[in-house]
Amino acid sequence: MSFDIPDDRQYLESHEWALETDDDTVRVGISDFAQDELGDVVFVELPDEGDDLQQDTEFGVIESIKAVSDLYAPVSGEVVAINDDLFNAPELVNDDPFGDGWMLEIDPADADELENLLSAADYEAQVA
Amino acid sequence: MPLQTPPLRGIHDERGAKFTEFGGWDMPVEFDSIQTEHEAVREDVGIFDVSHMGQIHVTGPDATTLMQRLTSNDVTRLNVGDSQYATITDEDGLIIDDTVVYRLPNEGGEATYLFVPNAGTDEATHERWISYRNEFDLEATVDNQTDEYAMFAVQGPNAPELVDDVTEESVTDVDRFTATMATVDGVECWTARTGYTGEDGFELIVPASEAEDIWAQLDCQPCGLGSRDTLRIEAGLLLAGQDFDLESNPRTPYEAGIGFTVALDTEFVGRDALEAAREDGLNEELVGFQLIDRGIPRHGYDITNMDSRVIGTVTSGTMSPTLDQPIGLGYVPSEYAEPGTTLQVVVRGQSKKARVETTPFIDTV
Repeated sequence: MSFDIPDDRQYLESHEWALETDDDTVRVGISDFAQDELGDVVFVELPDEGDDLQQDTEFGVIESIKAVSDLYAPVSGEVVAINDDLFNAPELVNDDPFGDGWMLEIDPADADELENLLSAADYEAQVA
Repeated sequence: MPLQTPPLRGIHDERGAKFTEFGGWDMPVEFDSIQTEHEAVREDVGIFDVSHMGQIHVTGPDATTLMQRLTSNDVTRLNVGDSQYATITDEDGLIIDDTVVYRLPNEGGEATYLFVPNAGTDEATHERWISYRNEFDLEATVDNQTDEYAMFAVQGPNAPELVDDVTEESVTDVDRFTATMATVDGVECWTARTGYTGEDGFELIVPASEAEDIWAQLDCQPCGLGSRDTLRIEAGLLLAGQDFDLESNPRTPYEAGIGFTVALDTEFVGRDALEAAREDGLNEELVGFQLIDRGIPRHGYDITNMDSRVIGTVTSGTMSPTLDQPIGLGYVPSEYAEPGTTLQVVVRGQSKKARVETTPFIDTV
């Protein structure tokens, strides 16, 4: 089985993706591989707007019917947006993990931190 | 120790199943998605490979006595083709395992039984039967046939029609909790109107060598252990090792809410302790509950009263695919067991309000 791994963004070993937006924020979600491993997503717990996150530390929890999994921040910074749609429609994470299933946007404290992340090719090698 | 594999491990792998370890077996947990498989069983029909379940065959002049002494229910009520749910209890009346006992056609004129212990318990159960047979000096043959059989559960409102279509004999008249030998493609299968989903359907015990052909004949949505778990939780049915466990969560059948499996007018290991327990009354019991706040209860989470005092533990929990609500099972002191009682479940340090509900959570057959 092959998974989508768009090369317009970067990845964490823990299967989150990070996409720089036109507003210089970093949008965060989980990969196609991760949503497939989890199965039907039924619950997403996210931080509040204004919360400060640290790179590689937990920012929330995602639950499928069968599993509970922590979510990790790809960069440090303030949460400037969260995807409210996931509270009533967590299945968006399964249906469109790189699009409508996004989770939050961070105003990065240090843009250099993005250099620590995996490229699409590196991530593909990890999940292959 | 290497995992045991069901006869159709390769077929399931080709079909794209994900696998999980369960009771020492490498079993399919999900073929498509738990939600899809769950809905198929509630609304149409799905098939589960449950070959991890044990099969122990007991026959001989004292087969009835041996079964009677080691299971909590009354096997003398069983005519050929009948089945009953029972527990296997220790001297203290605590559940070692739960099982379904089938009365097979007589062999050599003697009453004959097949019972189905849970995954990974067949060897210990077989030894228990042999050891008590010798201790009681009974004449009975006890065979562990787990490796010789595959077991499939075809479940859902359209399951009887599907099974009837592939069996040479008509099975639509087979009553709930009874069974018959039916023929699929020339192969005799023990075909029982039982299940673990709350839906109508059959469980077929089939020779392992013929399993592939029979699985192919019973063509419908394949389902894994993931949906088996969500279906049985909605139906309020217990999972051994989770809702009771002799080591980590020892319970009597009364506490576990299955007192109907206890026939105190029979002689069995644990009977006297259970009679005393019934006279003493219950201190704790298994309840169903629904979370009112957002969150999902999971095995091992604390249950508290509204003053945040820990009063129990969640034994099973999930987001119910049918109800789209978080539901669970857990033990609480009897004063909190009344439906409508408000409790809290501690999810990652946060107290989530819950309400005791009657089980099953859904309408069942």
